Amino acid sequence: MYLIPSLIMFGCGVYGFITRKNMIAMLISLELMLNAVDINFAVFNRYLFPNGHEGMFFSLFAIAIAAAETAVAIAIIINVYRVAKKVDINQITKMKF
Amino acid sequence: MEILNSTIYVLAIPLFMFLFLGLVGTKMPRKITGVIGVLGMAVTTVLAYAIAFTYFFGEGPQKIDGVYQQLVPTDWTWLSFYADKLVVRLGVLLDPISAMMLVVICTVSFMVHLYSLGYMSDHDGNPEKGFQRYYADLALFTFSMLGLVVSTNIFQMFIFFEMVGVSSYLLIGFYYGLQPANHASKKAFIVTRLADLFFLIGILILSYYTKTFDFINIMGKNGGEVMNAFTSAQGLTFMGCSVTGWALTFIFIGGAGKSAMYPLHIWLPDAMEGPTPVSALIHAATMVVAGVFLVARMFPLYVLEQGAMDIICVVGAFTAFYAAAIACTQSDIKRALAFSTISQIAFMMTSLAVSSADGALIGGHEAGLGYMASMFHLFTHAMFKALLFLCAGAIIHAVHSNENSKMHGLHKFMPITSIAFLIGCLAIAGIPPFAGFFSKDEILVACYEKGLGWGLWMSMVAGMTAFYMFRIYYLIFFWKKHEVHGEHAPKDQPWTMTVPLIVLALISCVAGFVPFGDLVTWNGQALETHMNWPVAGASVAIALVGIGLATVMYRKENPLPDKLATMFKGLWTASYKRFYMDELYQFITHKIIFQGISKPIAWFDRTIIDGFFNLLGNVTNSASWGIRKMQSGSVQGYVSYYIIGAMLLAAITGVVVLCI
Amino acid sequence: MDSIGNVIMYFVFALAIIVFSVLAVTTKKILRSATYLLFVLLATAGIYFQMDYEFLGATQIAVYAGGIVVLFVFAIMLTHKPGEDSEALNSHRRALGLTACGLGVLVCGAALFSFMKIRDAVELATSGDYTVNQLGADLLSNKGYLLPFEALSVLLLACIIGAIVIARKR
Repeated sequence: MYLIPSLIMFGCGVYGFITRKNMIAMLISLELMLNAVDINFAVFNRYLFPNGHEGMFFSLFAIAIAAAETAVAIAIIINVYRVAKKVDINQITKMKF
Repeated sequence: MEILNSTIYVLAIPLFMFLFLGLVGTKMPRKITGVIGVLGMAVTTVLAYAIAFTYFFGEGPQKIDGVYQQLVPTDWTWLSFYADKLVVRLGVLLDPISAMMLVVICTVSFMVHLYSLGYMSDHDGNPEKGFQRYYADLALFTFSMLGLVVSTNIFQMFIFFEMVGVSSYLLIGFYYGLQPANHASKKAFIVTRLADLFFLIGILILSYYTKTFDFINIMGKNGGEVMNAFTSAQGLTFMGCSVTGWALTFIFIGGAGKSAMYPLHIWLPDAMEGPTPVSALIHAATMVVAGVFLVARMFPLYVLEQGAMDIICVVGAFTAFYAAAIACTQSDIKRALAFSTISQIAFMMTSLAVSSADGALIGGHEAGLGYMASMFHLFTHAMFKALLFLCAGAIIHAVHSNENSKMHGLHKFMPITSIAFLIGCLAIAGIPPFAGFFSKDEILVACYEKGLGWGLWMSMVAGMTAFYMFRIYYLIFFWKKHEVHGEHAPKDQPWTMTVPLIVLALISCVAGFVPFGDLVTWNGQALETHMNWPVAGASVAIALVGIGLATVMYRKENPLPDKLATMFKGLWTASYKRFYMDELYQFITHKIIFQGISKPIAWFDRTIIDGFFNLLGNVTNSASWGIRKMQSGSVQGYVSYYIIGAMLLAAITGVVVLCI
Repeated sequence: MDSIGNVIMYFVFALAIIVFSVLAVTTKKILRSATYLLFVLLATAGIYFQMDYEFLGATQIAVYAGGIVVLFVFAIMLTHKPGEDSEALNSHRRALGLTACGLGVLVCGAALFSFMKIRDAVELATSGDYTVNQLGADLLSNKGYLLPFEALSVLLLACIIGAIVIARKR
């Protein structure tokens, strides 16, 4: 039951990540996907192995890592903005070659 | 005995000289490198003489009950495979022929080293460019040749066979700036290499059946065992001949390539593009007899295989006549001498081939006479042919041309050279008491024993020998007054060049009195020889006829030779053009092999094989170009591909699972 | 799913998650997108509470809603002028995104559907009391969570330093 919103949330995350040009928007989509995964962990733990807590711990750690990752990503985005005056994903393809 | 154990140093010194001169020679003044080379060779020669003397005349294990034994003073295992079942050894084998060859090689090589000091310099005595390289190559050649004659096994012999070929290639191509020299060196190398391929095949067949490489096993103590293996292998046949016959024939082809037997002789006349002392050393005295030596080495097996012997005999007899016929018309003196060499080597081959070893007495002579005669002739021929070549070198050095039309009447200008050349000619023509008389006489006796036809044929060739040698002699030194070309008249050369001439001339005078029958025989036992006066008389007579004919035609300038040439125009031209053998080879290689075989193969290689790989490359390339578009560097693109792919995979898995 | 109140709450949260996720990725204004994200995260926290994972829900609110969204808002403020819309999406990209997302939802939905058919009555077992005290004790005892916990703290430290270094003005 709880998996349905999680699935839709993940789908929205994928869609947003692929379509948005703005890097912050992409990051938001990423958070959506991560969140969906967290819910899944928690749900599977709760329904399949109610006496264990591994899923919950996994979610907990994932939240912490997501925080760290977001911090770094935003630092990078701000740096890119300083250089390019924009935060579009197309901008940073300059590093390709 | 001590001295026999030091035979290895005879090899070591030239090798050291080669490395030394080759590596640091360019750092030294040219003249000094030459002197060092000569001194090194002198030491080698003294050592070789001491060894040969001790071997033949000393007391020791080499001679038991008057029979010369085979000694192996040095023996190393070089490679060993299959738990010592296949062992390749390197070592030194001393027996009568190798001791004799040591003397021959060292003498000629030393003379050539000394002579080259003068020859390889201009008229002011300054050594020319590449002097150090020249001496290094000479040392390498000497090393290879010595290694060849003392080989303990057929495999070592093959190695040195190849090394001789390489050093010959280097020396023929010494003037690498000149196109003919390059062509000649390539030709020599390729032709001899082709022959060596057969040699290798022969070795493989032979050693497969006899299970050994070692000569000493073939002929020595274990002889019986190997002989048994050999005779049992004779029972096996391939295409109508026994396998051993094939093996020995292949080995002979290897020898024929080195010894310039028909039809593999074509490289030798061209090899005269090298410096003349090199021609004297390699293409007259030593390397070209490697084939004869090879057959002599394998003689105990050859006598068991009469078919192979017959082939050698026919090839030898034909080559002797063929080369002599060509030598009669050549205008380039070195080429004429080269054909004379071919002819003489063919004498040796024939002599070996007519020899038999069954020990019976035929016509008052012991069997095995041919073998002894062949070795004897090898010895004497090396001396007088080196002498002739060195004389030719002196003349060429003086007049700067190989053509005898530029020479004529040099007798007054170069008396020493003239006399030395005359001695050489008399020796080769077989006039007593010069060296060639004795050895050639033995050969003719051996041929008459084989059959009257062989004897008459070879006697005729001997007469031709006398004729063409004196033709050359007269054309160089007489014919008409010399016209002086250039600023200075030709004169006798400096002492470094005349001393070798005199020494070799003296040897040519006395070498015939060496009691060869006592020393060098196939089984080490002394062979009783005595003059066969009818044969000797006949051969001297026919030689005198040849000389007389030459004297009539070429002593003074006269129109007779031209008249004869026009009378037998076709024959004369054919002979002058060497019976079109070179053209035939050209035709075969260019028209048939290149056009008919190489071109289609090249086409196949270019279109099919290359095409296939090009196709592979092109497909990959275009595929990459297609894929490259996906590698846009856009993360979103990657993610979408990734998710679509993953989901398709999941869907497929799900469908498969559901279906099951 | 015992009481009707819980069911109502579930539907509220699920609906919020679905609606606000879709809005978050489709709205043109980036600040709104961040705000919708905040709602999604809060709804997620609600779901955690429903599953009796109080601590997880609290963390979700504290870290995500309190920390990360604020970080996003700051970043948006720093990099965007007020009132600026994001550019229109090109159709090719939208099609690609829709394909990927549609395919994903389809496959996972199918999987989920078949799973529900197999176990249509999933009983929510009582999880018993799992207090924050116990959780803390588990986290720092030798139950196997100590190493990840420490590694995570090192990672966080590294991220703090990294973020500062990257964003620092040169």
